[in-house]
Amino acid sequence: MATRADDLAQGVPPALTAAPYQWPDACGHFGPYGGMFVPETLMHPLTELRQAYERYLADPDFLRELDADLRHYVGRPSPVYHAERWSRELGGAQLFLKREDLNHTGAHKVNNTIGQALLARRMGKTRIIAETGAGQHGVASATVAARLGLECVVYMGEVDVARQEANVYRMRLLGAEVVAVKSGTRTLKDALNEAMRDWVTNVDNTFYIIGTVAGPHPYPAMVRDFQAVIGREARGQMVEQTGRLPDVVMACVGGGSNAIGLFYPFIGDTEVAMIGVEAAGDGLDTGRHAAPLCAGEPGVLHGNRTYLMEDANGQIRETHSISAGLDYPGVGPEHAWLKDSGRATYVAVTDDEALAAFHGLTRTEGIIPALESSHALAQAAKLAPTLRKDQSILINLSGRGDKDMQTVARMDGLQL
Amino acid sequence: MSRIQTRFERLRDQGRTALIPFITAGDPSPAMTLELMHRMVAAGADLIELGVPFSDPIADGPVIQRATERALAQGVSLRDVLGIVRRFRETDSETPVVLMGYLNPIEVMGNVAFAEAAREAGMDGALIVDVPPEESHDLVDAIKAQGLDLVYLLAPTSDAARIEAIAEVASGFVYYVSVKGVTGASTLDIDEVSAKLDTIRARIALPVGVGFGIRDAATAAQVARVADAVIVGSALVGRIETLAEQGQAARIPTVIGDFLDELRTAIDATDNGGQYG
Repeated sequence: MATRADDLAQGVPPALTAAPYQWPDACGHFGPYGGMFVPETLMHPLTELRQAYERYLADPDFLRELDADLRHYVGRPSPVYHAERWSRELGGAQLFLKREDLNHTGAHKVNNTIGQALLARRMGKTRIIAETGAGQHGVASATVAARLGLECVVYMGEVDVARQEANVYRMRLLGAEVVAVKSGTRTLKDALNEAMRDWVTNVDNTFYIIGTVAGPHPYPAMVRDFQAVIGREARGQMVEQTGRLPDVVMACVGGGSNAIGLFYPFIGDTEVAMIGVEAAGDGLDTGRHAAPLCAGEPGVLHGNRTYLMEDANGQIRETHSISAGLDYPGVGPEHAWLKDSGRATYVAVTDDEALAAFHGLTRTEGIIPALESSHALAQAAKLAPTLRKDQSILINLSGRGDKDMQTVARMDGLQL
Repeated sequence: MSRIQTRFERLRDQGRTALIPFITAGDPSPAMTLELMHRMVAAGADLIELGVPFSDPIADGPVIQRATERALAQGVSLRDVLGIVRRFRETDSETPVVLMGYLNPIEVMGNVAFAEAAREAGMDGALIVDVPPEESHDLVDAIKAQGLDLVYLLAPTSDAARIEAIAEVASGFVYYVSVKGVTGASTLDIDEVSAKLDTIRARIALPVGVGFGIRDAATAAQVARVADAVIVGSALVGRIETLAEQGQAARIPTVIGDFLDELRTAIDATDNGGQYG
C-alpha cells in the first residue's frame, strides 16, 4: 500500500495549484494586500504583462523551455543538504539546507530572471531593465540578458553602487549599463522608482524584470510562481531523504522572493510551520532595521498594499541592515497576508546574530552563506535546540557569501 | 455646483482655455508657496494644482522629485499643505485648488479625516496619482461625501474600456498625460494628442486638461487649440529650482508670474475655448 510519503515523493504539486489556497484574486489582491496602486500610465503595460504571464505559464512549450534552462543553465535541481555537524552542535532538530547558493550566479534570483527574460522574448521585447540593491538581482538580470542577446539597463542607488563595487563590475562585464540613482535615499527603493519611470517611458520595447515579490500585480504572483521551483523541489527532496515533510520551513525576508518560493508549495501542508526572518539591523527598538512585518504598519508603496516602514506623515523611512539584499522598507504583499492570516510567522534577527550564524555555518559545514541567508540560519540556530532530534527544519540557503567578503572582513577590522 | 465646475463653465462661456499651473507645496518654502499661489492667480491661472510631497513619487520625473525632496527636507506634511490652502482661502474664495499626491500620506492621516480636513481647508478636489478606479473605494467614497471632485489621469495607452471606467468615477475634469513617460518628459505630438482627445471626449463629458511635456508658450498655445485646460508643472518647478539654487529665491514669484503671463498671452491669442460637454 502506498504511504502518504510515497505519494508526496512522486506527486509534488504542479506549479500553480496549491488549492484550496487561491491567492491572489483576479485584481492581484492577497486579502487586503497587493493590488495595482499605480498611475494610469502603468496600467496598460501591466495589463499586457499580466496577459502574457497568464498565457505563457499555461503554455507547455514555454514551460519546457523554462525547465530546460533551469536544468542546464542554472543547474537545477539544487540539492537539499543535511547539515549533520551543525545539527549535532545545536543539539536539537535536524537542519536541512536548500542549496540555492549553488545556482548559476550564486543565488535564487536567477530562477526568476530566467523566467521573466524568456517571457520578455516571447513578448517581443528587446530591452530589459531591472532594479538592484546588493547587485544580485542586477547580476542575474545582466546574465540572462547576455545569454538572450537583450539590451540591459540596471538601476542601482548611488549608495549601493559605492558599497557593491564588485557586482557593479560584474554587471558591466556582462554588457549591462548600470545607472547610479541619485534621488531619495539613493538605495534600492529609489532604484525601483527610477526603473518604473524608465518602463513607463520605454514600454514599447522594454520589459521590466522586478527582482522580488513586490510591486503591482502581476509581479508578486509572477515572481512567486517562478521562485516556487525552490519549494517544489525541496518538498520532494525532504520526503525522499527523511520520509516525511519538514516540521518547519524557514527563510529570510527582504522583499521576500526566496521565502515565498520556499513557502508556497507548503502552504497547504498545515502541519508544516513557516517562519520568515526579517532584518532587525541594530535592533527593532533602535528604529535602525528593515523589518516592516515585525515593526511596520500596512500602507501603499511601489504599486501594492503591504507592511511598510513609514513615519507619522506616511513618508517612507530609511532602513538599515548589514545585508543589502534585505535593506528594503516594504515586503511582498503575500507575506503580509500570510502574517495576518496566521499561516506564517515572522520574526527578526539583528546584524550581530546574522554575523554569528554566518561564521557558525562556515566553520561547522564549510559553507559560506550570504548575509541575507544568515538571518534565516540565525533563527534556525535559536529554534533548533527547542525541538526534538527527530524533528527537522528546512532552511533556504538563498545565496552564497562570496559577495559579502568585504563587509564581513570590515567587521573584523580588515580591509581586503 | 463645485468650484471647479463653476470655473470651467465660466471659461467655456467666455470661449477660453484654462491655464493650470502645478507647484509642489513647500518648495522652496511653505511661505513662498502661499505667495506663489496668489501671484499665479494674478498672472492668469484659472485653477491651481498643489503637489503634496511624497518620498517615492513614481509618476514624477527628476525635476518634481527634487522639489519633493526640498519640501520634505523642511518637514512639509499633508497637514501643512492643507494649512497653506486654508490661508490661501482667506483672501481667494474663487480659484479652485486641486491637490495632487500619492496615497500613503493620505491613508496615514485617515481617509475620512483627510476628506473632512481638505473640505474645511477649502480644497476643491484631489488627484491621487497611484489610485486607479479599481482601488481604494473607501477613500473615493470619503472624498465624494465631502462634495470634493476626484480628478483622474488618462494616458496615451488608456483604451476605450479604461476611459469608460474612469468616466464613471471622475468629476471636475480629467487630466490627459500627453506623452509616454513621467512629468517633465519629452516633447508632445499635438496630432496624436488631438486624436486621443476625440476618443476621450466621446466617452467623458468632463473638461479635459492636457499636461506632461508643456514647456513654453509655443507648446501651451498648441495644446490650447485642442484641450480645455493647459497644465504646466515641470517648467515652473524647474525655474523655482534654478532660482533657489542660485540664492535668488526672492525673485521666484516674479519669474513664475512673468512666465505664466507669457503662457496666458499665447493661449488667449490662439484660443478657441473649451470643447467639452
